[in-house]
Amino acid sequence: MTQPVSPPRDDTPKVSPQAEPSPWRAVVARADVRTLSLLGVLAALILIGGITKPDEFLDTRNLQLVLTQASVIGVVTVGMTFVIISGGIDLSVGAIVALASVWATTVATQDFGFVGILFTAVLVGVGCGLVNGVLIAYGAMVPFIATLAMLASARGLALQITDGKTQVVTVDGILDLGERDSYVLGIPPLVMVFAVVTIIGWLVLNRTTFGRRTVAVGGNAEAARLAGIDVRRQRLYLYLLSGLCCGIAAFLLIILSGSGQNTNGNLYELDAIAAAIIGGTLLTGGRGTIVGSVLGVLIFTTITNIFALNNLQSDVQQIAKGAIIVAAVLVQRRTANTT
Amino acid sequence: MAPEPPLLTMSGITKSFPGVRALDGVDLDVQTGEVHCLLGQNGAGKSTLIKVLAGAHQPDDGTISWRGERVTLRSPIAAMRLGIATIYQELDLVEHLSVAENVYLGHEPTSAGFVVRGKDAKASTAALLKRLGHSEIDPARLVGELSAAQQQIVSMARALSHDVRLIVMDEPSAALDPDEVDNLFRIVGDLTAEGVAVVYISHRLEEIRRIGDRVTVLKDGRAVAGGLPAKSTPTREVVALMTGRNVEYVFPDRPTDQALPEPVLEVQGLARDGEFAPLDLTLRPGEIVGLAGLVGSGRSEILETIYGARKPTAGQVLVDGRRLKPGSVRAAVRAGLGLAPEERKAQALLMLESVTRNVSVSSMSRFSYGGWLDRGAERDAARKATRELSLRPDNPSVPIRTLSGGNQQKAVLARWLLRGCRVLLLDEPTRGVDVGARAELYAVIRRLADEGLAVLLVSSEVPEVLGLADRVLVLREGQVVHTAPARELDEHRVLDLVMEGSPAS
Repeated sequence: MTQPVSPPRDDTPKVSPQAEPSPWRAVVARADVRTLSLLGVLAALILIGGITKPDEFLDTRNLQLVLTQASVIGVVTVGMTFVIISGGIDLSVGAIVALASVWATTVATQDFGFVGILFTAVLVGVGCGLVNGVLIAYGAMVPFIATLAMLASARGLALQITDGKTQVVTVDGILDLGERDSYVLGIPPLVMVFAVVTIIGWLVLNRTTFGRRTVAVGGNAEAARLAGIDVRRQRLYLYLLSGLCCGIAAFLLIILSGSGQNTNGNLYELDAIAAAIIGGTLLTGGRGTIVGSVLGVLIFTTITNIFALNNLQSDVQQIAKGAIIVAAVLVQRRTANTT
Repeated sequence: MAPEPPLLTMSGITKSFPGVRALDGVDLDVQTGEVHCLLGQNGAGKSTLIKVLAGAHQPDDGTISWRGERVTLRSPIAAMRLGIATIYQELDLVEHLSVAENVYLGHEPTSAGFVVRGKDAKASTAALLKRLGHSEIDPARLVGELSAAQQQIVSMARALSHDVRLIVMDEPSAALDPDEVDNLFRIVGDLTAEGVAVVYISHRLEEIRRIGDRVTVLKDGRAVAGGLPAKSTPTREVVALMTGRNVEYVFPDRPTDQALPEPVLEVQGLARDGEFAPLDLTLRPGEIVGLAGLVGSGRSEILETIYGARKPTAGQVLVDGRRLKPGSVRAAVRAGLGLAPEERKAQALLMLESVTRNVSVSSMSRFSYGGWLDRGAERDAARKATRELSLRPDNPSVPIRTLSGGNQQKAVLARWLLRGCRVLLLDEPTRGVDVGARAELYAVIRRLADEGLAVLLVSSEVPEVLGLADRVLVLREGQVVHTAPARELDEHRVLDLVMEGSPAS
């Protein structure tokens, strides 16, 4: 652009205020439509599950299982959603979960009992997030590359620690949390943790300056910088947050499986990204919701469960997941274009 | 050559963009083998016109005839097929490809339809470069390794690799030093001798005198003069055509009693290598200082360096006598500086967000307690700030993208107003703003100054600087060539100063 008064080079179609009397309402309505459509998909899946396997699918234990399985990946997805909204990506979440889960279950760590395991899992997660964040924010590395490197090294380190063996947890307090006795009003503790993380995530994204800055950095990093936001520090915090979520998820996984393995969290990065995307988070940053991501997680977990109950192999599941991602993005592009 | 139809006739070309009528019934005719110069101030519509000619924009109205036949230029490829090549000011080369690959990009010589005959491409590229007098450029080198001038030659070679009848050059001399300009003119001479027509855009009157045959002057999207003889039309007349107003801007009155408070902003010897020479500047509360100059004269760079968005290679910036940390936007914002950048959409606005959030983004700590936002207070403050500037619509929860350019600019100003900023740096504040909405924006800027803000204004629209600023610094190629109170300058004088062909030395 060489001329100041020449027309704005406009990527988004411009709508005059007169043509659309209350565009904000339309945006809100559209967000609701998105949430509703995700809820609709989930309801349809429950219906399919209920019809194909009425006794097994709707069984309380099965529903508890679905929610428990969703909890681990769900916590990871909340962190991932923040990172993607900021315009970044974290490919290392699965590897961090693996590393945190094995580090927290070594014989030496288990000596410190419940608190030792929890503390270690969280600390390893935050530590990995710190490395990611420093490389990306202050080392000016592309998030894709930095977290890909973290993925490789964290997995390698996890393998080195375990030597490929399963580390069985012997701490009673941990194992108890996986038992039915610990359920409160039929809700497993893992699910409660997931719920708390979700609520906190929602509050942080929608009601705090941290959330606002995250959206600003993802929407237009240059504008955020020129508005006086410390973009680099914000990026660092975001990868720390993602690492923290991975640490919590690792702890949940230890409770769930009663062990730590270097193969834990395999392909979590893809599941978390996919859940965020079908939940309406823009991969280019600047827009996304926690509710959408959590619904995305529930949809994926429910599909997996229904397929397993119907004895369909995981290859079919993968194909179905792929199809859902494509369909969700196409639908979102359409709703985005119509306004 | 009277019976021959013109090579190109454009008539009644009209093109509107949201909020702006960029071209309003422009006529242009180009004869075979002539150099037709297109002259006009920034924003006169030159770029839009050549984009229409290149097939990059579709006109809303008007007709284009090529060698006597009516044509529609649906795409750049369609224009290229007819033999119209455009060399843009911002070169569109692929840096990671070689010279030959760039020249033949999209029409590579091939065997069997798809195997690229690299050697042939190199050989014919070498021939083209030789014809352009630059046989020293190796066709195998990567374009990214070449100088700006050499890249321009490559662009030209690319144009010539097609069977071209008309070449459009958008300020080709801007990036060149005098020797290279001479070579450029020689090339233009050779091309026209071969019957190729050239549409030549430049700010430099002197160049137009040297190589031009005829001149068309654009002003506010209209051709105010078509086909004047380039060599014999008096400069005074050309400048008058360029500056003659169709729309009278209304500028607010300047305050008469000038008490002189202590300077709030002092710039001492600030410089960036290759962008602008050491600059001294003081700015007092209530004062508007204008920087006038053409695109590429270092205006935006100066503002961004003062603001800390670029790191200076020398000098310092003081606010209230305290030195700002160089290269830190946050330090500048904390000290009370605010920038309304040139590229509003890319540099200032969060296009997915509401007006409120765009306004509050720099003052979030004021509505938050331990990071927890008080959204009611935020909304009220944003509403107050936008009302103060009469932003329309009067509803800050609408998405910012639905606002007109002028109101988007007001939102940026409201951001800094809310922050309590004391020095406002305005880079082309009326770019993309309706002519009608400008007067209002001028009044807002003057009022902010009257209320004690210090304003540093950059604009390539000379009347804007003269009408709004108290004091004007005229820039040319990174250097201040003249400083004077605005009332001692007029548009002709400033244009003379900024358009002199060679840098002041």
